[in-house]
Amino acid sequence: MGTRQYVIRKIVQAFVTLLAILIFNFFLFRVWSPGDPVSFLTRGQGFNLSLEERAAVIEEYGLDKSTWGQFTEYMKDTFTGKLGVSSFYQGESVMAIFFRFLTPTLLLVGISTMISMVVGIWMGIRSGWRRGSKFDRGSMFFSLILYSMPEFWLGMLLLMLFSSQLGWFPVGGRVSTNVSSMGTLEYFTDVAEHLFLPVLTLALGYLGEFYLLMRSSLLDVLGEDYITTARAKGVLERNVLNRHAVRNALLPTVTLIALSFGYVIGGAITVEVVFSYQGLGLLTYTAIVAKDYWLLQGLFLFFSLAVIAFNLVSDLVYAYLDPRVREA
Amino acid sequence: MQPPPLHVGAEPPPQPVLEEEPPPPPGSPRHIAWARRRAAVRQFWAAYRKDKMGLAGLSILLVFIAVAIYAVFADDTGLSITEATGPRLDPPSLEYPFGTDIQGRSVFTLTLHGSKISLLVGLSATVITMVIGSAVGLIAGFRGGWIDQLLMRITDWGLVIPWLMLAISLAAIFGQSLFVIILVIGLTTWPSTARLVRSQTLSVRERPYVERSRALGASNWHLVSRHVLPNVMPVIMANTVLIVAIAILSETALSFLGLGDPLGKSWGSILERASDGGAATRGAWWWLGAPGLCIVLVVLAFTMIGFALDQIINPRLRER
Repeated sequence: MGTRQYVIRKIVQAFVTLLAILIFNFFLFRVWSPGDPVSFLTRGQGFNLSLEERAAVIEEYGLDKSTWGQFTEYMKDTFTGKLGVSSFYQGESVMAIFFRFLTPTLLLVGISTMISMVVGIWMGIRSGWRRGSKFDRGSMFFSLILYSMPEFWLGMLLLMLFSSQLGWFPVGGRVSTNVSSMGTLEYFTDVAEHLFLPVLTLALGYLGEFYLLMRSSLLDVLGEDYITTARAKGVLERNVLNRHAVRNALLPTVTLIALSFGYVIGGAITVEVVFSYQGLGLLTYTAIVAKDYWLLQGLFLFFSLAVIAFNLVSDLVYAYLDPRVREA
Repeated sequence: MQPPPLHVGAEPPPQPVLEEEPPPPPGSPRHIAWARRRAAVRQFWAAYRKDKMGLAGLSILLVFIAVAIYAVFADDTGLSITEATGPRLDPPSLEYPFGTDIQGRSVFTLTLHGSKISLLVGLSATVITMVIGSAVGLIAGFRGGWIDQLLMRITDWGLVIPWLMLAISLAAIFGQSLFVIILVIGLTTWPSTARLVRSQTLSVRERPYVERSRALGASNWHLVSRHVLPNVMPVIMANTVLIVAIAILSETALSFLGLGDPLGKSWGSILERASDGGAATRGAWWWLGAPGLCIVLVVLAFTMIGFALDQIINPRLRER
């Protein structure tokens, strides 16, 4: 199969997945949810509907139609970006709220994934290359402990130690209230100070996964014939590692970056709650506590969409890096 | 009829006539099968005993199981807020070994009783995961064709949905109860198991003894239950242990977000209250410490056992 067909097939698959998620989302929040959809979707705090408002909601989202009618309405609304209004945020559209909270989470998740990836891969290479060494056993133990730890618990411990006791970092939030002017150095350092502990927590939390995968992937590669061949023809050990082993061992790790994104989001939810960091995770928590189901279903959709997109990108990158995938 | 020569490591051929007769006479296929099973268990234990990590995990786990069983019979009046007699937020002392929480309850008592719920949820959710994951994986791998295609598509969707988001939505919509939590965790963790079981089934399906049994006229049910499943079982077992770890962590995360056990007894719920009560900002390390450490230890124990099992089962890993 050619590259073109491969790319097209992957894109079509992503769309089918998206469709499945949309159907599931519809059933979850509209059909399987208890009670009638109007009061279910709008029963959040401080949002009592008058009869006229109720009728308007029914009219706008076609909630009085049959299941199929509602479904087509829902699909139309979703694709035109009409995701309903939040009850907690007094009628603000879910789309607008989402974009307000998006950047902080991108910053948090992006930086921490980068750090855990770089450090995890480096540790994995060192560990796998010198299997059974002190470094190997030490980092194996360390990453198993980190893997077994709920991220939010780690976050609470760091918060207690570095913010409450030592006072090195602010106790939470995204930016101090007294710093108003965006773009200044003061603003930048303030944001960085608020980011430090959540980033550290998430980076430590996901270090183990990258480390374990890189280590086992390198060990797999080291058993291959071409490594023996490289050694037999006198390639320097350093070059065997860098030019032959690591390059091939990196492949599965590339896919993990995309797959772990769904898990990173999960971690981000609890960690943002611990640090009161105003991102999508805290927004999700708000939606749960306030029973704001328009918001919750919008977030569910956004997160799923993000994972689908990341998976597609990883499939394409993988195919680009490893021609065998395209041929198969 | 003399039983035909057996393959090494293979199940005996079907002998339905002898199936009903306990105890099996020496030399019968059933007798041989049981002897071989006992030998396999002994061999397995001998390999497991050499794994320090696995033994450490098993010891930790046994301690926690003993604690949980003790907790079932232990006095739980200390859990009630109205009956709490201790001082508020008191650091560890002789009377309160893990200190007290903001309502004056002993964190030791809370943690002790939390072990029941956390283990119960972890183990029950794993059962659901295993049943769904194994069934889907076995059917998809054994039947192949369009059934395989369809099941794997659904599995892919399950892998794509961010699990915590899905769990949150399900728990938020269907309300809080221990049953919902168990169901939610089970329903969100099966896809990876299904993939694993399917790939193992695919390899077992092609083995000569399966072909031979099929040639002798064995039904699909017989092939799956007598040949495929027993050989996929070790992989399922190792995966099960790792899934328990994930299930316990999931329960903790859900409880922390206020979607867990409505009675609020699990370790995750203790941490939720500690977070709400400002344990971190008040420096009440004991309130966070005990339940958190228990979670880490139990998850670590399951993970270590899982890794050890993986190494014994997977010959490719053994040389590492």
